[in-house]
Amino acid sequence: MTTPSVTAERPPSTRGKSRVSALLRALARRKLALFGLAVIAVMVLLAAAAPLVAPYPYDQQLADGISLDGAPLPPDMKYLLGTDLLGRDLLSRLIYGARTSLVIGVVANGASVMIGSFIGIVAGFFGRWLGAALMRFTDLMMAFPAQLLAILLAALFSPSLWIVALVIAMVNWVQVARIVYTETRSLARRDFVEAERGLGAGMPRILLRHILPHLFPTLLVFGTLGISTSVLLEATLSYLGIGVQPPIPSWGNIISENQSYFGSAPWLVFFPGIAIILLALSFNLVGDALRDILDPMQKGRH
Amino acid sequence: MAAYLGRRILQSLLILVGISIVTFVLLYMLPADPAAQVAGRSASPAMIANVRHELGLDQPIYKQYFRYAGGLLQGNLGRSYLERTEVTTLIASRFPATLQLMIGGVICELALGLTIGIIAALRRDSRVDQILMVTMFVTVSSPQFVLGIILLYVFAFELGWFPIGGYGGLRHLVLPSLTLGILGAGWYGRMMRSSMLDVLRQDYIRTARAKGLSRITIVLGHALPNAVLPIIAMIGIDIGNFMGGFVVVESVFGWPGIGNLTWLAIQRIDIPIIMGVTVISACAIVIGNLLADIIVPAIDPRIKLK
Amino acid sequence: MFIHKRMLLMGALAVAMSALAAPARADAIKQGGSITVAWKDDLATLDPAIGYDNENWAVIKAMFSRLMDYAPGSPDLVKDLATDIQISPDKRTYTFKLRQGVKFTNGRELTADDVKYSLDRTVNPKTQSPGASFYKSIDGYDDVTAGKADSLSGVKVIDRYTVSIELSHPDATIFHVLALNFSSVVPKEEVEKWGADFGKHPVGSGAFKLGEWTLGQRIVLERNKDYYKPGLPYLDKIVMDVGQEPSVALLRLERGEVDVLGNGIPPGRFLEVTRNPEFSKLVVHGPQLRTSYISMNVNMKPFDDVRVRRAINMAINKDRINRILNGRALPANQPLPPGMPGYDKDYKGYPYDPAQAKELLKQAGLADGFSTVLYSSNIDPDPRVAQAIQQDLAGIGIKAEVKSLDEANVIAAGGEPNRAPMIFSGAMAWGADFPDPSDFYGPILGCAALTKGTWNWAWYCNKAVEQEALKADAMVDPAQSGDRDKLWGTIFEKVMEDAPWVPIYNNLRYQMHSPKVGAADALYVDPTRTPFNYEVVYDKTVQ
Repeated sequence: MTTPSVTAERPPSTRGKSRVSALLRALARRKLALFGLAVIAVMVLLAAAAPLVAPYPYDQQLADGISLDGAPLPPDMKYLLGTDLLGRDLLSRLIYGARTSLVIGVVANGASVMIGSFIGIVAGFFGRWLGAALMRFTDLMMAFPAQLLAILLAALFSPSLWIVALVIAMVNWVQVARIVYTETRSLARRDFVEAERGLGAGMPRILLRHILPHLFPTLLVFGTLGISTSVLLEATLSYLGIGVQPPIPSWGNIISENQSYFGSAPWLVFFPGIAIILLALSFNLVGDALRDILDPMQKGRH
Repeated sequence: MAAYLGRRILQSLLILVGISIVTFVLLYMLPADPAAQVAGRSASPAMIANVRHELGLDQPIYKQYFRYAGGLLQGNLGRSYLERTEVTTLIASRFPATLQLMIGGVICELALGLTIGIIAALRRDSRVDQILMVTMFVTVSSPQFVLGIILLYVFAFELGWFPIGGYGGLRHLVLPSLTLGILGAGWYGRMMRSSMLDVLRQDYIRTARAKGLSRITIVLGHALPNAVLPIIAMIGIDIGNFMGGFVVVESVFGWPGIGNLTWLAIQRIDIPIIMGVTVISACAIVIGNLLADIIVPAIDPRIKLK
Repeated sequence: MFIHKRMLLMGALAVAMSALAAPARADAIKQGGSITVAWKDDLATLDPAIGYDNENWAVIKAMFSRLMDYAPGSPDLVKDLATDIQISPDKRTYTFKLRQGVKFTNGRELTADDVKYSLDRTVNPKTQSPGASFYKSIDGYDDVTAGKADSLSGVKVIDRYTVSIELSHPDATIFHVLALNFSSVVPKEEVEKWGADFGKHPVGSGAFKLGEWTLGQRIVLERNKDYYKPGLPYLDKIVMDVGQEPSVALLRLERGEVDVLGNGIPPGRFLEVTRNPEFSKLVVHGPQLRTSYISMNVNMKPFDDVRVRRAINMAINKDRINRILNGRALPANQPLPPGMPGYDKDYKGYPYDPAQAKELLKQAGLADGFSTVLYSSNIDPDPRVAQAIQQDLAGIGIKAEVKSLDEANVIAAGGEPNRAPMIFSGAMAWGADFPDPSDFYGPILGCAALTKGTWNWAWYCNKAVEQEALKADAMVDPAQSGDRDKLWGTIFEKVMEDAPWVPIYNNLRYQMHSPKVGAADALYVDPTRTPFNYEVVYDKTVQ
């Protein structure tokens, strides 16, 4: 069903730069992944250059931005994506919102993957009391209804971008740790690891040669899917009023600010919804492609 | 096995104690003053002090906790500050609705997710696989309330196939279950696909194939049980995710479950209800994890019990 | 209007039927039928000593009776259980004769003992009633709240049908207090039988009794066949569908499954409904006795400077805010809402004048503006209005950070002496517990309220104004009511000179109903009940 790839046959010593460039080349051959990369690149560029690209300031409530009876304006030549309920230009808010969503997605998810994999590997590989203690702690965190934990934390601190990122990381690492732990434990007991142990191989060698490479695809799956999860959790926190504070826009709070107007002003939910889905989708496509490319590499080794 | 079970149950109990302490302390630190809330907006300071005393909130926090824990051991979660009803009564009255929704949601996401995952894995890299994967990506990237509102609009209001929200028979259950299930299905589909691909690559599958066993026997008899393994761990975890999802889905569909109750309690900072729901859902999650830990070794003999 | 109210009170009129509630064809209205009301949240409790929510307020009114009540659809006090009232010359003792033969729905007759028991119960700290403080002018209140006594010494049973209430000082609001739900008469034996769960098993002597309550789903009220007002209520049954999102409830109303939207028209679909000729004829609107404002904490710099507070009063564009609200409000310039006695319709308030506001800031030494924090609730549309205010403040150089939190957290922040510099009240707008101006002063602008947990979020106290307020509260004689209202008017103008608040708007209530519901328009904007007085609504399909 799968054909062994050339890279997989190489000895471990030739990893490094050549592997990264091989990865990129492989990635470039996939249309969907390329599409994802392009979307991410465009969004990062827009976010970085927001003050230059956005037609209006994100928080300016334009005098002619709402109708006389207070209705937001649908997309037209002046306001390309329409205006929101305060008469602000939606396009400008979406462009600035890309900053928030990218920062939350990357920072919060990066932190949760790092914390989660560290704890999962340590617990799964070293077992005994340390592993048990770590996993019980993970269980404790996991048995918390995540949303409630997030609400309590956000209610205790004063809400801001970084607090939201922190709360998301605090809630999301747990799942990473659990899966990493399960996989590490299962790997650590496979025959080839047992055999290496029998041959007297050291912990670091087993960890580097057998455990980490196997975990890599899993972490990538989390690293990509997790970004969309983080963006969605941010939307939920904003929906509860404890997310990023107005008037700073995030796609999440744009949706929650306007979601009850879905019937009369669908563009206010539609466009930020598309933006979120597009961003999450892009990370997913890239991550999935990476996983497919990386998978055969490990396969060849045993 | 019995010793292992006993130890895990003991650990679970400790987790629950830990959670109840952490939640209690967190809620204690909230700036809102429950006594002032109960006493009403026109209350005099003396009245607020009276109410604080009646509620036992003038005692040190450890005493308050032990009183709460004592009640907990007798199955008493206290009384809601604002509804003045036993929290156990409130949760029990909402439980059947939430259980229905949970079962409906799990059935939807497993039925959709596993099927999609298996098909995608078996037809790897085909057009079918690509379409399925992209669809799944889109579903896991959709905010829950948007999906719920769209389903409600299209299938209930425009087409009239289902009731517009509310609680009742099977027809009421379909749309909220789908909302929960479609999003979950994306997750399970992805997990199932990658898990299945992993398994199909294992030596014993090749051996089975070499032996000339039929494709169906290989997939259903050999690959599936192993591929489902990581998924089972997921279901335990999922109960926690569901608790969050219930808040949104129940409010979109007007479903009278625990999520609805919790959301209201959070808005009003009705601490006994928040505390009670946390403890109960923590119990559910701990039991889910416990079951996963017991079932996984039962299916995969390579993971031995210590 | 309010002179009329007091005439009703003193006059010989017996039964509570004003012209509003009794249409000319009153005889023609047939009993029977039912209506369905949709609510977002469950009714929490139907214990009259405890219920204090929009959802349960009017239901409790319909299930219990009190000494006093209001004529349907109006703020006019009328006698309910009381048939005759005597006021002593020193204005401190009030003697009520009770209607005879009134029965609780458990069959027992209601007597003076029950009236006393019910008031004692509400004030007793063990009951934890949010309304206890309303009774502070009754003799013996302090002893009961301090736990020294179980019963109010000022409430005395004279005979089976007579009860007298003695006040520690003359209090013009006592009749309103006796019309509050917290004054509802409850049967002791049922309260003792159910204990803390009485709120889920209520027994009263009102127009309806509880038929069924499935928590979180529905409540069914059934007609009390022994109700003492002949021919009332009209409906056999009222169904409350709870746990319905307002937008879902609206869809169901459009399909004829629901008759009344308890939570009103959802803001997101308001324009759609009012622009649609078929639906807009089902919409009734009218005033609400509520004022939304910004409080400025006079303890905190730079709001301790009256020039700063006046500057902010001139900086807010209230017309634009009303536009954001789709015109569902009226711009406000004083704490009292229109329709409230004492409201001064000639008062002009502060003009919208950012240039002069800047000038005032300059005089206060703040030419470059300053940074501050504006709290608001997180319930739509409050965060949006807060952002509109934020932009207006930025216009005169004030950089305000918006904090939109849960209501309970905002209330807690406002109740601390030095925590919230500015609060936009929005969803927590002050609404009258009863239609009397004193309720708009004491708890929210009075000196007596300056304690932790207060609703006086401006931490405002002007001793001279306080003296005037005490004087107004002592004007009990109905003949003085015109002077009393005028006095209140000047009190609030003095408050506005000190400018602890920026009054922003007075909410309008928009109510939507199905064609089946029979009720005069005024009923839908009843100032003491949401959505309306259930007692006098009828079902058009059974006529």
